[in-house]
Amino acid sequence: MPDSIEILARGQGELLGWHDPDDNRAWVRENKPRGLIDKRMSVHQAVAKFIHDGNYLAMGGFGHIRVAMSLVYEIIRQRKRDLVIAAKTAVHDIDLLIGAGCVSKVECAYAFGHELRGLSPAGRRAVESGQVKVVAEISNGGYQWRFLAGMMGIPFIPSRNMMGSDTFAKSSAVQIRDPWSGKPVNLLPAAYPDVALFHVPRCDRFGNAQIDGILIEDFELARAARRVLITTEEIIPEDDIRRHPDRTVIPFYVVDAVCEVPFGAHPTLMPYRYFFDEAHIQKWLQLSKTREGTQAYFQKYVFGVADFEDYLEIIGGVRILNHLKRIELLQSDMVDALTPQGSDHATES
Amino acid sequence: MPQNLDATYTLTELLACVASHLLEDQRTVFVGTGLPMIAAMLAQRTHAPNIVIIFEAGGVGPQPPVLPISVGDSRTFYKAVAASSMHDVMSAAQAGYIDFGFLGAAAIDMYGNLNTTVIGDWTQPVVRLPGSGGANDVGSFCWRTLIVMRNQSKKTFKKRLDFITTPGWRVGNNSRNQVGLPADCGPYRVISQLGVYGFDQKNRRMTILSLHPGVTLSEIQDNTEFELIQPVNIPATKPPTPEEQCLLHEIDPEGLVLGR
Repeated sequence: MPDSIEILARGQGELLGWHDPDDNRAWVRENKPRGLIDKRMSVHQAVAKFIHDGNYLAMGGFGHIRVAMSLVYEIIRQRKRDLVIAAKTAVHDIDLLIGAGCVSKVECAYAFGHELRGLSPAGRRAVESGQVKVVAEISNGGYQWRFLAGMMGIPFIPSRNMMGSDTFAKSSAVQIRDPWSGKPVNLLPAAYPDVALFHVPRCDRFGNAQIDGILIEDFELARAARRVLITTEEIIPEDDIRRHPDRTVIPFYVVDAVCEVPFGAHPTLMPYRYFFDEAHIQKWLQLSKTREGTQAYFQKYVFGVADFEDYLEIIGGVRILNHLKRIELLQSDMVDALTPQGSDHATES
Repeated sequence: MPQNLDATYTLTELLACVASHLLEDQRTVFVGTGLPMIAAMLAQRTHAPNIVIIFEAGGVGPQPPVLPISVGDSRTFYKAVAASSMHDVMSAAQAGYIDFGFLGAAAIDMYGNLNTTVIGDWTQPVVRLPGSGGANDVGSFCWRTLIVMRNQSKKTFKKRLDFITTPGWRVGNNSRNQVGLPADCGPYRVISQLGVYGFDQKNRRMTILSLHPGVTLSEIQDNTEFELIQPVNIPATKPPTPEEQCLLHEIDPEGLVLGR
C-alpha cells in the first residue's frame, strides 16, 4: 500500500454546501433541539423563519413526484432571492422558482427539463441568458451520495460513477488512486443543504414522518440538511407513530417545521393519493414560454391568492382534486387527466 | 424515417421492438420513461416475462398496467417487488446487479460517449439540456448499455461532442477501464431511425449491425459525421409483427410515446 494518497484529478465545479464535519457537528449540537417539541406552524411562518436569501436549497420527492409545492409557492410569494438549488433531479419545483426570479445558482444533476413533457422554457431561458448560473455538474447517483456522506457526518464518500466524463470535469469531486485496488476512484464531497423541503402523507406534531411508496433520496437528504421543513397531508397523533415505528422515515430530531397542507403536492403526483394535474402542468409549460406569460401565471396562482387553500380553489377545487384522486387509484383512465374539466381546466391555456 | 412503402408500422413501434428484442429474460434492466419503458414492458409481455425493470427513483420489478409518465410515478412501483430508494438502486447498479441500461442523448460519438448537458460552451450555452440525471450512473455501472437515438444525422452522430455527460468507450481500445470505471461494461447497442449499431470488440468503434427496412448504406453514412465500420454482409432489421404492435398499444393506450 502506498504511503501517500495520490490526487489524480480535480473537478472544476463550485463546491456547494460543504462543511468541515466538526463544524457541522457543532452546528447540530447548538441548533437542533433533541426534545419533543411541537413544531406545527403555517407555511408562511415556516418559510419566513427558515428560508433566507442566498440559501442552498434542496427539494425532496422527485421533480414532479411528491414535491412540497405549497412551500415552493410560498418562497415565491415571499420573494426570496439568490437561492442556490441542488438540482438532484429538480423539475417542476426548480422551474417555478427560476421563472419567479428566486434562483441565481444551480448544481445540476437534472434540471431545465420536464422528462417526457420536454424541455423547460423558463429554465432554459434563464440559463441561456445568464440569469441563472450552473456552477457545477453531477449525476443523480452522485448527488444522492453527497447527501449520504452529509447524513453520515463524513467529509466525502468514494464512488465509481462520473469517471472519464465532463460531468466529473465540471463537478466538485476529486479523483484519487484507491490505496487498496490501485484503481482511480471518485471522491464525492458531503453536501449539507441549508434547507430541505419535503411533502409527506403523515407526520406527527414533532416531525416524525411516514412516506408511502418510493423514498427517492428523502431518507438521506432529510438527515443531511441543516433545516428540514415538512408539509403533510395530515398530522397524526404521536400514538399512531409509536404503534408503527417501522414506518418512520424521517425522525423528529432532524425536523424544524411541520405544516399541515392537504393536497400540498399539487400539481405534482402524491403516491396512492392523487395524480399529476396534467392540465395545470401544461398550462405552466405554455405560459412560461414568454416572460409575460410567466408573470401572468404567478400573478394568478401565487400573488393573486392569499395562500395554498385559495390556490386549490382556483385550480378547480374539490371537483378536480377528487378527479386526480380517482386517476391515482386507477379508478379512472389516465387519459382523463388530459381532458379539461372544472373552472381552471376549462379556461385559458 | 426511410421510405417505408408498406408503412404497416411507425418508427416508434420499430424502435421499441428492436430494443425489446435485445433484452433477455431473467435479467435486470434500468429504464427511464418513454421508449425504453415500452420496450421493457413489451419484452415482459413476450420473450422475457421474468425481466426485472428498475427505476432510478426506487421502483424495483414493477408490473405496471400502463406506461408511467415519470421515472418516479406510482406506476413505477405498481405490483413491484420493492419500492425502495435511489441509494438502494444506484448501489445495486454500482455493485454489478444491473444487466441492461437504457439511455438516449442529444448527441453521440463513434465510441458511444453521450451528451445530454449542453450544446455550445458550458459557461455560455447555445442550448442548455437537462444534464446527466441518472444517465452517467447508468452508463458507468450497467453491464450493457442500450442507446436509443431517434434522429440520426450529422448533428447527432458527431465526431466530437461539446460535452461528454456519460462516458462510452471514451477514446476506444482499453481507455474506458483505465479511468477507473467498472470493468467489462459499457455501450452495447445503438438504435437509430436508420439502423442498429454495435461496437468493435477491440478498438470499440461503432459498427453497423443492421439496416432498417428500406434504408441504404449511403443514407446511413450521409447521416453520420464520423466513419462507421461496415461489415461485408449487413442484414435488415426485423420489423415489428402485428402481435407486437398490438401489445405496444395495450401498453401505451393513450399514445404518450407511440404517438410521437
